[in-house]
Amino acid sequence: MTDVKMHVLVCGGTGCMSSKSQEIIDNFRRCLEERRMDQEVKVIVSGCFGFCEKGPIVKIAPDNTFYVQVTPEDVEEIVEEHIVKGRKVPRLLYVDPKTSEHISDSKHMDFYKKQMRVALRNCGFIDPENIDEYIARDGYMALGTILETMTPAEVIDKVKSSGLRGRGGGGFPTGLKWEFASRYSSEQGKYVICNADEGDPGAFMDRSILEGDPHSIVEAMSICGYAIGADKGLVYIRAEYPLAVKRLRGAIESARSTGLLGKDILGSEFSFDIDIRYGAGAFVCGEETALIHSMEGERGEPTSKPPFPAEKGFWGKPSNVNNVETFANVPAIFLKGPDWFSSIGTEKSPGTKVFALAGKVNNVGLVEVPMGTTLREVIFDIGGGIRGGKRFKAVQTGGPSGGCLTEKDLDTPIDFDNLLAAGSMMGSGGMIVMDETDCMPAVAKFYLEFTVEESCGKCTPCRVGNKRLLEILEKITEGKGTMEDLKILKDLSGVIKDTSLCGLGQTAPNPILSTLDKFWDEYVAHVEEHRCPSGKCRKLISYRIDPDLCRGCTMCARKCPADAISGSVKEIHVIDQDKCVKCGACMDTCKFGAISKI
Amino acid sequence: MSTIKSLDELKKIRAQMKSATELREKGQDIEKLVQVKVSMGTCGIVAGARETLDGLMEEVKSRGIDNVVFTQTGCMGYCHSEPTVEITLPGQDPVVFGDVSGNRISEIVERYIVEGELVDGVIPVAYKTIHE
Ligand SMILES: Cc1cc2nc3c(=O)[nH]c(=O)nc-3n(C[C@H](O)[C@H](O)[C@H](O)COP(=O)(O)O)c2cc1C
Ligand code: SF4
Ligand code: SF4
Ligand code: FES
Ligand code: FES
Repeated sequence: MTDVKMHVLVCGGTGCMSSKSQEIIDNFRRCLEERRMDQEVKVIVSGCFGFCEKGPIVKIAPDNTFYVQVTPEDVEEIVEEHIVKGRKVPRLLYVDPKTSEHISDSKHMDFYKKQMRVALRNCGFIDPENIDEYIARDGYMALGTILETMTPAEVIDKVKSSGLRGRGGGGFPTGLKWEFASRYSSEQGKYVICNADEGDPGAFMDRSILEGDPHSIVEAMSICGYAIGADKGLVYIRAEYPLAVKRLRGAIESARSTGLLGKDILGSEFSFDIDIRYGAGAFVCGEETALIHSMEGERGEPTSKPPFPAEKGFWGKPSNVNNVETFANVPAIFLKGPDWFSSIGTEKSPGTKVFALAGKVNNVGLVEVPMGTTLREVIFDIGGGIRGGKRFKAVQTGGPSGGCLTEKDLDTPIDFDNLLAAGSMMGSGGMIVMDETDCMPAVAKFYLEFTVEESCGKCTPCRVGNKRLLEILEKITEGKGTMEDLKILKDLSGVIKDTSLCGLGQTAPNPILSTLDKFWDEYVAHVEEHRCPSGKCRKLISYRIDPDLCRGCTMCARKCPADAISGSVKEIHVIDQDKCVKCGACMDTCKFGAISKI
Repeated sequence: MSTIKSLDELKKIRAQMKSATELREKGQDIEKLVQVKVSMGTCGIVAGARETLDGLMEEVKSRGIDNVVFTQTGCMGYCHSEPTVEITLPGQDPVVFGDVSGNRISEIVERYIVEGELVDGVIPVAYKTIHE
C-alpha cells in the first residue's frame, strides 16, 4: 500500500532558495529513497512561510513540526530521528527570544500567533507548481461558482460590499474601480492588469504571493475579467523576480491546459487569457500610467490623470489595474462571502494586510494581520520586540512615500486612515523598525537617495527639487547644516509635493516632513551643536581613549584597521582623528572600557 | 490533467484531490485528532509492523473514519510485545497496545478508536515515566 503518511514541506521561496533549500529538497528525496520511504513520505516544495530570516524552513505534517535554519547536512538527522523514529530534533526548533524555550509548532510561536492569513492563505501550505493542490484548497471554485450563478454586476456588488481596498498603496475601493472599468465599452478590447512591479524597497509580499500561490492571481484576474467585461489579462512583473515569473508562467500554462483559462471557461461563454510583461525594475514603473507606457514599449514615465486607465489604458483601451495582494484577496471573498471579509479588520479598512517587517526587531519577515492590529502588537508581539534589548525609537511605514511614527503612536490600530492621520501611510506594507542607535536625518536621507535615484526626471520639482533636498540632508548629517537649511527643507518639500506630476514626486518629501515634525530636536542637534544624538553620523562622532583608564594593553591598536592608534606596551594609547575611519572596532575590543564614542 | 468542462467536474476533481493536502490540513489541529504511531524498529518490522500499519490504515479507511493520522516511530522498547501501537485519543494520554496483529487490528479500531473503551493487551505505560 502506498498511502502517504507524512509530508515534508521545504520552503522554495526566494529567501530560502538562496540559502540552499534546493539542496535540502534533493537530500530529502535521496534519503527517503534510500530508506524506501519515498512512497510514504511526500516531499513538497512550498512557497514562503514568511519567516525567511530563520530560513530555510522545513515543516513536517501531520505533527506540524517547524524546523528553522535547516542546512543540507541536517537532512539525514531529520529523516533518521523524526521520520523514522518519530522523535523531534530539538536543536533545529525555533527558540523563543523571550523565554529561550524551544517551540516545535508554528501555532505556538509568537511570530504566528496574532497573524491571520487571507492573502497568504496558501503560501507555505501548497506546492505552487501543482494545480491539483490549489484545487484541493478550493481553488477555482470561486471562479466556477461565479460563472455559473452570477452576473458581472453581482460580482462587482459583492466586491463593493466586502469593502476591499487596493493594497498597492492608495487604498482605493476595489469594487468601485471595477465598476468604473465595467462602464466603458469593450468593443475594441479591455484589459485586466496586475501590478507586480513591487518597487518599494524592502517589500516582498507580492513576490511571495506569486511564488507561493500563483493560481490565486490567475483566478482573481479571471474573476475581474468577467466582472468588467475583459477577455485579456496582463501581469506586469519585474524581471528581477525570476522565481515568481517561473511559477506564474507555470500556473498560467497549467490553468490553460486544464481549461481554466482560454476559451469558454468551465463550459461558460466567458473566455479569458493572461500574458506576462516584464519590467526592468524601476520604482516609477509601478505607477499605473507609467506601467502602462512601459508595457506599450514607451519610456516608463507617468502622465497626468484623468484620463484614468479605466477609460484610456493599455493601447488606449479601458484597463483595470490592481495590485497582486489586492487580487489575492478576491477568491477568498467569494469563497467565504463579503460579510465574512468585512467582519475582519476595521470598519473603513476591512480585511488583513501583509507587512514586510524589517529593521531592529527580533523576528523579521512577512506578517499578515487583521487591519486594526496595533503597531505595538506587530512590533513587540509578532516581531518579538527590539533586537539586543535596545529601546524602540520609531517605525517607518509606507516606504519612501511614508513617514515615521514614534512611541506615542504605538497603540494606533493600523489601517489606511489611522496611519494617514498619524502622519504616515500604509503604502504597500513596508515596515522598518528603528532603535535608539538610528539617526532620523540619516533615515530621511536614505529614502531621499532612493527617490532621487528613481525619479523619471520628467518634471522639474521632482528631478531638481528632490536632489536639492538630498544635498541639504547630506550637509546636515555632516554637521554643516544651518537653521536656515531646516526652513528650506520644509518649504521646498511643500512645493515639490504640490507641483509634481505623479505620486513619486508628490510623496518623496514625506520622510523628511515626518522626521522634521517628530524629531525636530535631533535635526537641531546636528545643525546647532554639530552632534548626532544617536551616534550614527560618522562625520559627527569621534572615538577617544580616556588616559586614566587606558592600561596600554595594545589590543585596540592591533584591532584598528586604519592604523590610527599609536602607543607602545604599558603606555597610554592615542587615536589619530585624521586617520580614524570610525568603525568602532577599538571600542568593542578594549577590556577596560577606556574608549568611548563622543 | 484533462480539461475541466464544468463546475461539477471541478468539484469532483476537488474531492479527489482533497487527500493531497489533507495531512497538512489535519496537522493544523493535530490535538483534535486520533494519533496512531506504529513502532517500526527492526524487531517491529520483523514481527510484522508493516502489515499492522497497513491493516490499521485499511480498517480506518474502510470505516470512513477521517480523524486519524498515522505515523511510524522507532523502537518503543517493548520488543517482547511487537508489533506495538501507540494511540492518542484527543485530549487523552497515549495508550500503548502490544501484539497488534490479525483480529486485534479491527478490534482496536472498533473498540478503542471508535468507542473509546480499552481493549486487552494494553502495555502498562512504562513509557510515561520515561518522559516525566
Ligand atoms: C511612484 C509610484 C510607485 C508605485 N508602485 C507600485 C507598485 O510597485 N505596485 C503596485 O501595486 N502599485 C504601485 N503604485 C500604485 C499604482 O499606481 C496603483 O495605484 C495600484 O497598482 C492600483 O492597485 P490597487 O488599487 O489594487 O492598489 C505606485 C504608485 C506610485 C505613484
Ligand atoms: S514626479 Fe518625479 S517620477 Fe513622477 S513624473 Fe515627475 S519627475 Fe517623474
Ligand atoms: S574607530 Fe576604527 S578606525 Fe577609528 S581608531 Fe577605532 S578601530 Fe581605528
Ligand atoms: S522564503 Fe522561505 S520562509 Fe520566506
Ligand atoms: S589598549 Fe588602550 S585601553 Fe586597552
